[in-house]
Amino acid sequence: MFKHVKSRNFLHNFPPFFFLGLEFGSVFREMNSSSGKVYMSTASSSAGWKAGDAAAADQFPAGLRVLVVDDDPTCLMILEKMLRTCLYEVTKCNRAATALSMLRENKNGFDIVISDVHMPDMDGFKLLEHIGLEMDLPVIMMSADDGKHVVMKGVTHGACDYLIKPVRIEALKNIWQHVVRKRKNEWKDFEQSGSVEEGDQQLKHSEDAGYSSSANEGNWKSSKRRKDDEDETDERDDTSTLKKPRVVWSVELHQQFVVAVNQLGIDKAVPKKILELMNVPGLTRENVASHLQKYRLYLRRLSGVSQHPSNLNNTFMSPQDATFGPLSSLNVLDLQTLAATGQLPAQSLATLEAAGLGRPTGKSGLPVPLVDQRNFFSFENPKLRFGEGQQHVNNNKQMNLLHGIPTTMEPKQLAGLHHGAQSMGNMNMQVTSHAPQSSQNNPLLMQMAQPQARGQMLNDSSLGHAPRLLSPMGQPILSNGIAANVLLETGFKKISEPLVIIQFRRTLRC
Amino acid sequence: MEVVQIQRNLVDYTKSLFMEGFLDGQFLQLQQLQDESNPDFVAEVVSLFFDDSQKLLNELTIALDQPIVDFKKVDAHVHQLKGSSSSIGAQKVKNACIAFRNFCEVQNIEGCLTCLQQVKLEYYLAKNKFETLFRLEQQIVASGGSIPMIEMGF
Repeated sequence: MFKHVKSRNFLHNFPPFFFLGLEFGSVFREMNSSSGKVYMSTASSSAGWKAGDAAAADQFPAGLRVLVVDDDPTCLMILEKMLRTCLYEVTKCNRAATALSMLRENKNGFDIVISDVHMPDMDGFKLLEHIGLEMDLPVIMMSADDGKHVVMKGVTHGACDYLIKPVRIEALKNIWQHVVRKRKNEWKDFEQSGSVEEGDQQLKHSEDAGYSSSANEGNWKSSKRRKDDEDETDERDDTSTLKKPRVVWSVELHQQFVVAVNQLGIDKAVPKKILELMNVPGLTRENVASHLQKYRLYLRRLSGVSQHPSNLNNTFMSPQDATFGPLSSLNVLDLQTLAATGQLPAQSLATLEAAGLGRPTGKSGLPVPLVDQRNFFSFENPKLRFGEGQQHVNNNKQMNLLHGIPTTMEPKQLAGLHHGAQSMGNMNMQVTSHAPQSSQNNPLLMQMAQPQARGQMLNDSSLGHAPRLLSPMGQPILSNGIAANVLLETGFKKISEPLVIIQFRRTLRC
Repeated sequence: MEVVQIQRNLVDYTKSLFMEGFLDGQFLQLQQLQDESNPDFVAEVVSLFFDDSQKLLNELTIALDQPIVDFKKVDAHVHQLKGSSSSIGAQKVKNACIAFRNFCEVQNIEGCLTCLQQVKLEYYLAKNKFETLFRLEQQIVASGGSIPMIEMGF
């Protein structure tokens, strides 16, 4: 069965959002047969390893494909050497942006990512979120910083581990466990939802969609059968040879997901319904379920951030008063609209209440002194020119919070967006990079819209250091669909309908 | 001088560096990574460290010289220096960085300047020590000997 999957390149023939993940078994078999691995004889590497064993499963985790990202060349060199000593296949990278594009180009080319926290071009946590959302790879964070706060950030952002520098080789030897664990969990999700009939359904979908190559079906069936067969087998073998279809959440797909979730309302958004609304052939309930889980985490984190006003000041950008006027009127409308859709998260609510926001009642003329919002949000202003801003703040279903769909966004673009304010740049990156992981409670997703041509951005970073409020700067609320790559163009030229929407789960109380 | 003698000198010298706190266990990690396929690994990494940190030190000097000091930037540089020095086991440099960061946090310019001096001092001392170390190694290799692995009992 695996013969069909001759090489990783094969996978690129499939439609972007659905292809079978290449799991270890076949990779190792190929690698072993083709490359004739030489086992290192250093004491450190052979300790505890079946280095001499020819069987593919036994070779695991040798050949684990690791991407290591660190702007410090010394550390990078040492890590690379250590990882190679562990028999991993290492790719090193000194820029987060490069790492991200490498990952995007080769979605299935890596098994795990190790990244430093502090990097000049992009915060490591941003990168972490990007990866979690787009590629769903396990990510290990590392830093010389061992403060509890930072480590906690790793946890909340979904890192599977946190290493403190200086990293010892012993710490790296076991990183394969994160890959295995993730795969196992994904299989579990898959099974739990009655995979059998869905598997069949999926096959059918595949056929309908017209991209069922015999390889596809063959693999699917074989993977299912294999799964059954391997229930008894050794844990390691099991996971290493499991074939698991992995869905990649492309920008478009995520967009559809968010639309569906918004339509249903975050409370009522259950995977089944989301799946139905999305109507994407080949997508399974499990795929949606796990994505939803991440989305909720993301949202929870946003609201968690919004509850800490003390964090707000650090990167607070000096607001330009002139902008508050128009902004307020805009926000008012946004709030109304959003309120109307019944999506106001309680916690963001608290924040806004504190800021003196009134209750959007669906009527115009909200008497909200949005100026007070300054305390929480800083607005970067006309520098962010959004194309034609209008308020397409409306109830329309396509209220699409494109946060976290930055696949076409280069962090550089993000950085380029703001003229001058560093924090803005960070924010931008944070913003778009956000992998929406929602919590049921607090999707504080902000999209800003400007009635005028100037756009204003809700300064993410003002909400704390890891603000994830806005994903998309100038995300248009589309009545006509969102161009995912609209997001951050320098100067926002491409954004056709810039828009600020503050999405809430419940209506605000005055 | 006989190879054996040089080897003994090397071992003694290395041990003294550990004793005096110039080096810590991380350096041993580096040494263990070196093997026949990569016989100059340690020297390469250390040399990379010194080049890179020279740049950082320059940046730090400039940053602290500004009329308005950007402490975040200073802290970021020191943090990186701390990370890389700890990765090669240059303990004294690392410790100097830790002290430096404390002053950055409280935005104490005088303190920072003093720390910068200290870090630079440690940097040069460490560089010196490493150079001596590698010179000894080269002598051994040139005389046909092999570099003894240090076994540290502590």
